[in-house]
Amino acid sequence: MAGPGSDLPDHPDWLWRNPEPKRSYDVIVIGAGGHGLATAYYLAKNHGITNVAVLERGWLAGGNMARNTTIIRSNYLWDESAGIYEHALKLWEGLEEDLDYPILFSQRGVVNLAHSLQDVRDSVRRVEANRLNGVDAEWLDPQQVKEVCPIVNVSPDVRYPVLGGTYQPRAGIAKHDYVAWGFARAADALGVDLIQHCEVTGLDIAGGRITGVQTTRGRIAAGKVAMAAAGHSSVVARMAGIDLPVQSHPLQALVSELLEPVHPTVVMSNAVHVYVSQAHKGELVMGAGIDSYNGYGQRGAFHIIERQMSAALELFPAFARAHVLRTWGGIVDVTPDASPIVGLTPVDELYVNCGWGTGGFKATPGVGWCYAHTIAHGEPHPLNAPFSLDRFTTGALVDEHGAAAVAH
Amino acid sequence: MMLIPCPWCGPREEAEFHYGGQAHVSYPADPAALSDADWARYLFFRDNPKGPFAERWNHSASCRRWFNVIRDTVTNEILAVYPAGQPKPVIA
Amino acid sequence: MSQEFRTTSGGRIDRDQAVRFRFGGRDYEGYAGDTLASALLANGVIQTSTSIKLGRPRGIFAAGVEEPNALVQVEEPFPEPMLTATTVELYDGLVARGLPGQGRLANEPDPARYDAMHAHCDVLVVGAGPAGLAAASVAAASGARVVLVDDQPEPGGSLLGTRETGALDWAASVAADLRANPEVRLLTRTTAFGYYDDNYVIAVERRTNHLGAAAPAHLSRERIWRIRARHVVLATGAHERSLAFDGNDLPGVMLAGAARTYVNRYGVRPGRRAVVFTTNDSAYAAAADLLDAGVEIAAIVDARPDANPQWRGVEVLAGHTIARARGEDRVAAVVLDDGREFAADLLLVSAGWNPAGALYSQVGGRLRFDADLGAFRPDGCRQAVEVAGAANGTYPVVGCLAEGTAAGQKAAEATGFTAGQVRPLPTIDERPATPPVHLWALPGDEATQFVDLQRDVTVADIRRATGAGMRSVEHVKRYTTAGTAHDQGKTSGTLTSGVVAHLLGVDVGDLGTTTFRPPYAPVSFAALAGRDRGALHDPVRVTALHSWHEAHGALFENVGQWKRPWYYPQAGEDLHAAVRRECRAVREGVGMMDASTLGKIDVQGPDAAVLLDRLYTNLISTLKVGAIRYGVMCRADGMVFDDGTVIRLASDRFLVTTTTGNAAAVLDWMEDFLQTEWPDLRVRCTSVTEQWATVALVGPRSREVLGALAPHLPVDNADFPFMTWRDTSVAGLPARVCRISFSGELAYELNVSWWDALALWEAVYAAGEPFGITTYGTETMHVLRAEKGYPIIGQDTDGTVTPQDLGMDWVVSKKKPDFVGKRSFARAENARPDRKHLVGLLPDDGATLLPEGAHLVEMETLPEPPVPMLGHVTSSYHSAALGRPFALALIRGGRDRMGERVYAPLGEALVPVTITSPVLYDPEGTRRDG
Repeated sequence: MAGPGSDLPDHPDWLWRNPEPKRSYDVIVIGAGGHGLATAYYLAKNHGITNVAVLERGWLAGGNMARNTTIIRSNYLWDESAGIYEHALKLWEGLEEDLDYPILFSQRGVVNLAHSLQDVRDSVRRVEANRLNGVDAEWLDPQQVKEVCPIVNVSPDVRYPVLGGTYQPRAGIAKHDYVAWGFARAADALGVDLIQHCEVTGLDIAGGRITGVQTTRGRIAAGKVAMAAAGHSSVVARMAGIDLPVQSHPLQALVSELLEPVHPTVVMSNAVHVYVSQAHKGELVMGAGIDSYNGYGQRGAFHIIERQMSAALELFPAFARAHVLRTWGGIVDVTPDASPIVGLTPVDELYVNCGWGTGGFKATPGVGWCYAHTIAHGEPHPLNAPFSLDRFTTGALVDEHGAAAVAH
Repeated sequence: MMLIPCPWCGPREEAEFHYGGQAHVSYPADPAALSDADWARYLFFRDNPKGPFAERWNHSASCRRWFNVIRDTVTNEILAVYPAGQPKPVIA
Repeated sequence: MSQEFRTTSGGRIDRDQAVRFRFGGRDYEGYAGDTLASALLANGVIQTSTSIKLGRPRGIFAAGVEEPNALVQVEEPFPEPMLTATTVELYDGLVARGLPGQGRLANEPDPARYDAMHAHCDVLVVGAGPAGLAAASVAAASGARVVLVDDQPEPGGSLLGTRETGALDWAASVAADLRANPEVRLLTRTTAFGYYDDNYVIAVERRTNHLGAAAPAHLSRERIWRIRARHVVLATGAHERSLAFDGNDLPGVMLAGAARTYVNRYGVRPGRRAVVFTTNDSAYAAAADLLDAGVEIAAIVDARPDANPQWRGVEVLAGHTIARARGEDRVAAVVLDDGREFAADLLLVSAGWNPAGALYSQVGGRLRFDADLGAFRPDGCRQAVEVAGAANGTYPVVGCLAEGTAAGQKAAEATGFTAGQVRPLPTIDERPATPPVHLWALPGDEATQFVDLQRDVTVADIRRATGAGMRSVEHVKRYTTAGTAHDQGKTSGTLTSGVVAHLLGVDVGDLGTTTFRPPYAPVSFAALAGRDRGALHDPVRVTALHSWHEAHGALFENVGQWKRPWYYPQAGEDLHAAVRRECRAVREGVGMMDASTLGKIDVQGPDAAVLLDRLYTNLISTLKVGAIRYGVMCRADGMVFDDGTVIRLASDRFLVTTTTGNAAAVLDWMEDFLQTEWPDLRVRCTSVTEQWATVALVGPRSREVLGALAPHLPVDNADFPFMTWRDTSVAGLPARVCRISFSGELAYELNVSWWDALALWEAVYAAGEPFGITTYGTETMHVLRAEKGYPIIGQDTDGTVTPQDLGMDWVVSKKKPDFVGKRSFARAENARPDRKHLVGLLPDDGATLLPEGAHLVEMETLPEPPVPMLGHVTSSYHSAALGRPFALALIRGGRDRMGERVYAPLGEALVPVTITSPVLYDPEGTRRDG
């Protein structure tokens, strides 16, 4: 008898080399998470820049890439956000073929629930903006929510009843490790050196220009250096004397045992802080709210999980006797406007990509594409131009939590 | 769930507190005199160290007092607790 | 024959109490005290299911929480997915089945109750085996408050699976002592599953599961314990491990220690004829107990070359290993590395023990590979914690008792207690240990050598992973899924590291292990949710008038935690009809509304005016006692944060009102500045939201109603002008009356003590009856204020809107040198002419109600996306007063586009609308004074 998950494709027999670092590269990417790997891949593929190293202090894709809840969607409110996330979603739609890797991208749709009249207004506003931006979006009334996900409790008798939800049918989930490894393998095949257990300890700057990096495995020279260190962005940028407007917080998630299919889509509720999907093998994958304090420990506090479970059972009473198998934490780098920073820095040929908060996974191919362009051309791609570091000075924020926050 | 030593109430559960981010960031004496860049630094830029961090906590569910804590952001070890307004102690 | 594998005597089961259960569609009988696994074994059932990926037969492998194979679905009395047969206590009426893959959730709601308790103690001891009992005993004798938790129904730990009667008697006595000690809480059936900062340990107590359908409904089924301990002793024991050899997944292959537990604790022989394969001493104890219980021991295969070749008449094959276990769906024979074959239905395996380091690791404790021990053991932790006994890699019972005693002593002393007199420790005749050898994988067919039984991961899979370039055990785990199943690698984790290290030719210690994360064992969602469901999910806040509103048919809107009357439909009315009636009543006669949820903050002190000047955009200090001013607060970024009225009660005292949703945030905001920025200001702030109840009395006839209720209060315009307040008596109740208006009509806010609210409300209602007074809710309030262009913070603003964007330059002081937010107005972005302004919109057809959230575009036909957008509709209503629908919107450069036509895409249509002033009703303000 073939059990659940037995139909999942195996990983390939060959993934990547484990090369020793060379003395010099055209481009060094700091951080072999999804963003770093995608950036290296598109540098090689789109721009022919293959003398590239991706340096990783731990194991490849072992940070937030290995810890996120894999939700992919592009139904963001502001034009700038919709632009880059929708670009990412279009890339997701062709990524399996492009990478020749079974990333299990499942366009099962994402529902964002509304629980108050203001949630409803904000949701309709986002749906209407999405449509005009060419992003598929629908407003669902409670009955329609139930049709999309029959186990959602839409009864008016819960503390914060479901008043409806937004729905993006093209949204969905993918297998995070498969995505990272797909990018890694493809980048490796194009000549990119993936160097693990190589921690950057210093950035060499001469005359206002980056010249290389100091690492636990020696100095490596570089023409360009691109930071993609997620939760550790502040730590890396500090080495160049650059302060970033980001704060690193613990973000927790959890997984249940394998369960028969009950949950066909992805449901998110910002108001009660829960998001849940049922992964390919049948486990429920759920994210919690962010822990309030700064933290690099990849651990959060347990009352956040307890709160998340009470919210989950409000929405999904059927989950009562499911079991939490494992909880874990990542480190999310959050900006004041809940939008990322992708672009140039005050140091020549040093580039920054950070501040994705809880939204980094879904952007992976899109940011890799745009960041590679930025690095290759020395100026931002139009899609990441709005996400400059200097917007905090001018005040031209892209305020995704000021407006109808659906941050995850 | 950390046990946070409120200087007035004693050690209490983290859930009783409200986090206030970096300590020792004063509201500028004369905002009008600041450049846009300096004002932006006040508004949006806060330290984000991996390791000891001087930060603010408010015992919101009890005495409602703000105080400062030096906490290691990796281990959550609390290295010092002191009232708001006092200078940051030197941690060995 | 029933229970043919049951021994004739012994064990901790109650042979007088038969228990009937059903498994896999067949009826069986066991005894009270059995687990589902022991009862199945007693009935000769060893295979419980097939494996998830390969469909291979799988049997009971362990005897505790570490079981990787025997997953079951409970169907009755209530469906519960994926439990291990080894941890399900048997009860009458249990219906279960083996689970090859996915568990099943119930379709019906779970009727059980769940709750949580907090416990605080000096010393928490996790695990009531010999080490834990010794530690708890010492700590308790010192006078410390002790909590002892253990996952089994009775204390004793590993002793329960032995025949050490002396030690068992000691354990029973110690447990009795602990139970009798009022400073001790002994929790059985309680699994400590999470260890967090500052010695915060989370445990789950299974209170009624073992009672089945007989569980009393009033008792919580599971209870979460949130334990804060000054000192922790981890005595969590160790898990035995197997190793990789051909056919090591066949039913009948069992951990030696598990077999020992089955025969001693449950009186069950797990087979008839066993081969024992070991790398260490511990399996000999198992062999002895099985032999004594009548299980034939065909041979002992001891990997150590210097093992004694004879043991109790059983041949010991020293220096040999297993080539394979052979059989169809159960072990039939065991083949040795030299080709010799022994017929057997049971293969007991011990390849060493792994200290249960999960809790220790969760909280940041380091685990170090101990080459002598062949396992990872605790190696330093920031918490105040001791590790004792097998959890520390100390396996002899005598050693566990000694370590436990020392740990208990240390914990007691560390928390300020002095050790007292304890029971003498039992004496145990243990033979001196001989060193083990450490083996991970044996030669053979790697595709049938299982490393993770539950995930069907073989040595061949691991070799594929390392061949693909994987060098980290975390990568191998993800590539193969080893260690990710229900058991989270309790039996497979260290083995996986060992096999990876073996294949890569590196040291296990250098390779390390995967990270332990909570929970140590699976815990139900419902237990974690506890009682925080339904009405208790989040506090419900209601005003003093809530029961009246309910009795009068109000429908409610959630506003933050508050329940506010939304509208009061009369028979046959929908929202629109009710609101039209309510609006008309207010505009033409008089209406009343419960405004008690508005935040109210009493700001007192000599510097109160200074504080408010710094926080509000406008001047407050010039406000005269007796007067009221509307004010706006911004965050430092210049975006509108809140608005409301400020009442000056005295030169040093103000009453500030906030929006309903922001009351707490505004108080926090004030206190933050007062305490951390301006401690020199002599001001105190107190929330009085729930001290004052507020009734808004609104409409052209409101003066007459008030006059009737407050005969001593001069109410005419000259004596009681707009934006002033009076302390008076209304309906005989002490009241503060404010002349303010959020509708443009003549209006009063009547404030009384929360306790007097109902009396006031009923008096107003009665006094207003001759004028047709009409109660109205938030929806009508919103329509009335929108007709006047008054924004609702949070609806017409979204955190990106300045007072200037709202057209409220007048509320931004030019005189004050600074106030919070002022500096941000000078930023480049705030000077852009195309910022979004709050404007009014009138649909050209005079009939279309624009949806709130609809966007506006410039063009008559939509181009291909992305379509440039001008802004969006923030508020939209039918207006009874205007006789048409209207809207408020934030539009780019809107104030410079008055009279222009723009379009709202609605479905396929583009609805033309005209931009107007946001003030659509009574722009001259003639109605305010009645």
